[in-house]
Amino acid sequence: MDIGSTTLKAVVLNESGEIVYKSYERHMSRVMELAQAKMRELSDLLAGKEIKIAITGSAGLGVANSTGLDFVQEVFATAGGVSRLYPDTDVVIELGGEDAKIIFLQGALEERMNSTCAGGTGAFIDQMAALLGVSLAELDELSLQATDLYAIASRCGVFAKTDIQPLINQGAKKENIAASIFQAVVDQTIGGLAQGRPIEGNVLFLGGPLAFLKGLQKRFLKTLCVEKAVFPELSQYFVALGSAYYAEGLDTSYSYEELLSIFENMAPAADAVEGLPPLFASQAEYDAFAARHARTEVPRVPLEDYVGEAYLGVDAGSTTTKLVLLDEEDRILYSHYCQNLGSPLDVVSEQLGRIYAACGDRVHIASSAVTGYGEELIKNAFGVDIGLVETMAHYAAARHFNPDVDFIMDIGGQDIKCFEIKDGAVASVMLNEACSSGCGSFIETFAQSLGYPIEEFARLARFAKRPVDLGTRCTVFMNSSVKQAQKNGATVEDISAGLAMSVVKNAIYKVIRAKDADALGQHIVVQGGTFYNDAVLRCFELLIGKEVIRPQIAGLMGAYGAALHAKAHRPAESTLISPEALAAFTHTSTLVNCGLCTNKCALTVNTFSGGKKYISGNRCERPIKGSGSQELPNLYQWKQQRLAGLTSRPGTRGKIGIPLVLNLYETIYFWHPFFTELGFEVVLSDMSTRKLYARGQHTIPSDTVCYPAKLVHGHVLNLTDKGVSTIFYPCMSYNVDEGMSDNCFNCPVVAYYPELIHANVPLDADLIYPYISLNDKKLFVKKMTEYLRDIARDITKKEVAHAADCAYAGLTQYRADLAAEGQRAIAYAKEHGARTIVLAGRPYHADPEINHGIDKLITTLGFVILSEDDIPDQHRSGEQRVLNQWTYHARMYNAAWFVGTQPRTELVQLVSFGCGIDAVTTDEVREVCRSQGKLYTQIKIDEINNLGAVKIRLRSLLAAMEEREKAAK
Amino acid sequence: MNTENVAIFTPEMKKTHTILMPMMLPIHFGIMKYLLADYGYHVEFLNTRHQGIIDEGLRNVHNDTCYPALLVIGQMIDALKSGKYDLDRTALMITQTGGGCRASNYIHLLRKALATCGFSQVPVVSLNLSGLPGVNTFHYTLPMLLKAGYAVLYGDLMMCVANQCRPYEVRKGDTQKVLDKWIEKIGKQFRGKGFLALQKNYRAILADFAQIPRKQTARIKVGIVGEIYMKYSPLGNSALEEFLVGEGAEPVVSGLLDFLLYCFTNNEVDYKLYGMKKWSWRPAMWLSRFLMHEQQKIIRVIEQQGVFTPPTSFQSLLELVDGTISRGAKMGEGWLLTAEMLEHIHSGVNNIVCAQPFGCLPNHIVAKGMIRKIKDTYPKANIVAIDYDPSATRINQENRLKLMLANARMAEDGGDAVGQDAAYQPHVTSGVAATADA
Repeated sequence: MDIGSTTLKAVVLNESGEIVYKSYERHMSRVMELAQAKMRELSDLLAGKEIKIAITGSAGLGVANSTGLDFVQEVFATAGGVSRLYPDTDVVIELGGEDAKIIFLQGALEERMNSTCAGGTGAFIDQMAALLGVSLAELDELSLQATDLYAIASRCGVFAKTDIQPLINQGAKKENIAASIFQAVVDQTIGGLAQGRPIEGNVLFLGGPLAFLKGLQKRFLKTLCVEKAVFPELSQYFVALGSAYYAEGLDTSYSYEELLSIFENMAPAADAVEGLPPLFASQAEYDAFAARHARTEVPRVPLEDYVGEAYLGVDAGSTTTKLVLLDEEDRILYSHYCQNLGSPLDVVSEQLGRIYAACGDRVHIASSAVTGYGEELIKNAFGVDIGLVETMAHYAAARHFNPDVDFIMDIGGQDIKCFEIKDGAVASVMLNEACSSGCGSFIETFAQSLGYPIEEFARLARFAKRPVDLGTRCTVFMNSSVKQAQKNGATVEDISAGLAMSVVKNAIYKVIRAKDADALGQHIVVQGGTFYNDAVLRCFELLIGKEVIRPQIAGLMGAYGAALHAKAHRPAESTLISPEALAAFTHTSTLVNCGLCTNKCALTVNTFSGGKKYISGNRCERPIKGSGSQELPNLYQWKQQRLAGLTSRPGTRGKIGIPLVLNLYETIYFWHPFFTELGFEVVLSDMSTRKLYARGQHTIPSDTVCYPAKLVHGHVLNLTDKGVSTIFYPCMSYNVDEGMSDNCFNCPVVAYYPELIHANVPLDADLIYPYISLNDKKLFVKKMTEYLRDIARDITKKEVAHAADCAYAGLTQYRADLAAEGQRAIAYAKEHGARTIVLAGRPYHADPEINHGIDKLITTLGFVILSEDDIPDQHRSGEQRVLNQWTYHARMYNAAWFVGTQPRTELVQLVSFGCGIDAVTTDEVREVCRSQGKLYTQIKIDEINNLGAVKIRLRSLLAAMEEREKAAK
Repeated sequence: MNTENVAIFTPEMKKTHTILMPMMLPIHFGIMKYLLADYGYHVEFLNTRHQGIIDEGLRNVHNDTCYPALLVIGQMIDALKSGKYDLDRTALMITQTGGGCRASNYIHLLRKALATCGFSQVPVVSLNLSGLPGVNTFHYTLPMLLKAGYAVLYGDLMMCVANQCRPYEVRKGDTQKVLDKWIEKIGKQFRGKGFLALQKNYRAILADFAQIPRKQTARIKVGIVGEIYMKYSPLGNSALEEFLVGEGAEPVVSGLLDFLLYCFTNNEVDYKLYGMKKWSWRPAMWLSRFLMHEQQKIIRVIEQQGVFTPPTSFQSLLELVDGTISRGAKMGEGWLLTAEMLEHIHSGVNNIVCAQPFGCLPNHIVAKGMIRKIKDTYPKANIVAIDYDPSATRINQENRLKLMLANARMAEDGGDAVGQDAAYQPHVTSGVAATADA
């Protein structure tokens, strides 16, 4: 019996080892009940027989513990089954509900399971299907008709979702998205599981998803070059079968009656769960709560009875689309809230049709506004008058309910947004990082997987006796936590309440990072569809110990705010699509790759009826306005151009390859002249691209390391592809001491990544990776002479000393040029009255594959861009509250102090996902900014190639700056 | 470093204040407690283990901070909030290794957390040997250091033999009784010169442990390596040693001395590679030579008695790691972690758990990054890396540990192809995991 995270599989073998029974069912988390039912169901087959049994699977562990029956680890069971049935298999790939496993059978047996962070598996596919609003079978069907693939982050479901959502909103074809989802799973399997060991030879594919989904099979076969791929008929039963083989070898056997009674008497494992207190102590407490929140109603007037002007607000959210129509007195004439099922255009078009039909000639829509993820698409498709950033829409709505509102918390389907309001303007915006966005849609998906509609699921939570504590991390962890809770006998009620609590904790601890209730302000308005869930609302109030306002239209607030905004900014004549044009509205979308720069943005070109076009997916204005448009100073671009200007000359000592990665993004200005001077031809790796990343993906041993580090693998392989036989990539514990910090360390990953490359990347070249520091020139010369003798025997100390002179001069020159360029940009901003953003990261964040073109996006909003390394020393390093011991990070603190001295200048910090050091620096940079009355914006970046959330943040930042400037006048 | 508003630990506070410190190694810290008391410090080690600690940690430190920081800070804040301590007469102590790893920042994160919780009056003392900048550095004298060195030596010896007794004891709790007795005995000896009777003490300790009645069953040995806190602390690693014992395995954990020696010798490496700290590394080198010599003595005594397996000397670790990773890799546990994996394999312990905080930066390199290389050289190595973080569930971790154990058993049974009846020695796990849950 194989009890996994989502399904129960049973296989019965007879004496001669033939399968006489097999079953595969979803257990909907009712593990014990289903296991018992299974036993009863087998009475005809098993009664009177002598039975041996073994249980396997992640949820099977609990059953084994409480029944005392034998347990066999599932990977082990699989390996057993394979060696019996398919003995010449080289590699087994098994995807389950939540686990992904790979077993290498040739050579040394090696078995791997996905790490706790990687969830791109069956549960992930389920979630994605739900996101697209199709069944698994339909998803499969769609994927087979794909024509193109989109890049979807493969590491974890939450990330992928962030990639898929904008694709849906931009109108990309579902067929292509479906295939891209499967490709993401394939990439995850190769990148996350194989970890450097090639998948080749005879490959056996196992598990439910691989058995049922032809599209997934197809993607695997297209990606892997295998000699023979086997998709056994028994794929989904295979682990249960392996477990049955294991049982054959056991000593203990039972009669059917004994076994049945063991199952019937199975008790939940020892009751050690530390539950949370119930949400409501009594019915009375609930009633009071319900009555209090009933007071925030918005008056409504039936559209059919109204005559006059009306104002339309649309909120095109990530998973839902909302519309509100207001009359002159802010009463609601019409509202609509629905899942967009991946087709926001269809929803809006249909709803507009209804509204027009109901309006007749009596009502005239005088103004309209749209907000949300799909803002631009909807605005362009339907000629909506105004597009506004979500934060402004929500603030407009919240202010309507409480003019003194100083904190707004919005938990939507896909994102958490919090705004702090000071002096009538949005003072700071906090959005959930891609890693913690398990919000509203997450509860919903969970409810569905347990077989409940969301309303029912939420209702159950109210009187849960002992809500389970599920922690605060991402969806993948949450699934495991729930599994654990179920193992311990938690009820659906307890789980529902626990999920509500974890969503709230996630929002408060992870997104806002609030220390206590007062940090959230005095007048709190909560909104977003998720707060319709009373359990979530209650948890929020309990956790912050305050009563909050939840408007009855919590889910419509964005649309309501947009409508209010439309009313306040009424144009002379509305450009909203006419009823006639709407009737003829059509829409098609095609995918093209922009070729105007190295970003190679995947553009979705939407064509609407009448030939009107809307392009999305672009980072800059060039594909729309052409490449000739005037550009503002952008230090990130300057760095790119400078790098492109590095040229090599053939040398007498042959070629030496240097990967353009991590700290070498800066120290290349040292090493390049150094080796050139010594008579080497310096060969640099190509600029990072997605393809270059994929080139080395299979050799990455730790899938939670930052993306800049993961890129190194592709770069060194790229060098060997170029025919380089010697690669130089030094280990550097210490960076250059710039006198701005207590020490001058590199981060551990930057410092020692060459070690990891040497240990994990099979190279057709010698990797020279000496431990070296640049801080003592004399010693540098001595050491480098020693190290270099390995590749060039005849090298003399004198030569090295001369080359070192050039190298030190080269780096100094680069730093001076960079600083001068920074000064020029500052002067430009002053002269033209332009706003400035210090985009603070590390030197390697200038890599467009790492920053995803965020710098370009920022310049389209009219900002001059500085980087953290071109800022003059502010001499305030002594004021840090943390140990200031990393050179690159000291520059960020320095930049934060600088921002305080400049008008119309703000800081945006780029943080690579997985950067542990930035857990220290982000808080510190934020505090430095705030202590000087500046805003703080953080952007987390990873492989994700979508800038939707980034755009919201930056537009909000711009809006906040504008309001502050207005207030200052 | 801005230390303007930091509460100062004044010499008078020795008399008035209780110093709280997170527990990491019950045996070593147990001995240290006596030692610190002799010098007038009233130290209390925090042994608390409940969900509230994690919650406080989540509330008070950046959630992407490594798990040990979250736990240690959570544990201290939780203690201060418990009402058990008079906040005006309580101080905190925390260790600082002072390398390029973010762990050097724990103390500052703790001070920040204290400030936001309104406990700014509580001084935080830094226990470090690297001369990091700042106030409140723990003041130690040469005799004190020497005694601390011996406390570590005694602690390592006891931990080493206790781990070889506990899984086999006939009467549950026997090992702990002997341990408790010796922690007290050695601890008290630090008041006088008794602790210097090394040979006599070592022999008596070994004899005492040897007389514990033990079952003669063969158990699978599992080495534990990892980030230092996750490796040792039951709060950090969800009582990993207990779990392994319950699963029928014998945990093998290397001593604290190796870590100290690793720290001391790093200065030497820094000097040789980068010409840094020209003068300060020499005393550290002398100290490490002395401690290595003392470690040899212990190894010899254990060998002479012939009952227990002695630990591997630090000198051998230095030799083992050569050719796998450079000793220049010195952040976090650095090359030592790789060396310990190699050491386990060389002493016949092929099964290794690498306990690390989720997203630990040095461990990307020295742990996960080196597994491939180690496996290529030693195909029998059976290494599982377990990530710990506030939300990693035990079921997930246990499942991975069980896979490692199943592989270990198969290898033990001769490595026959899986699925053949003879190759199986089914292992009954019933009840065991339930114990671990409780």
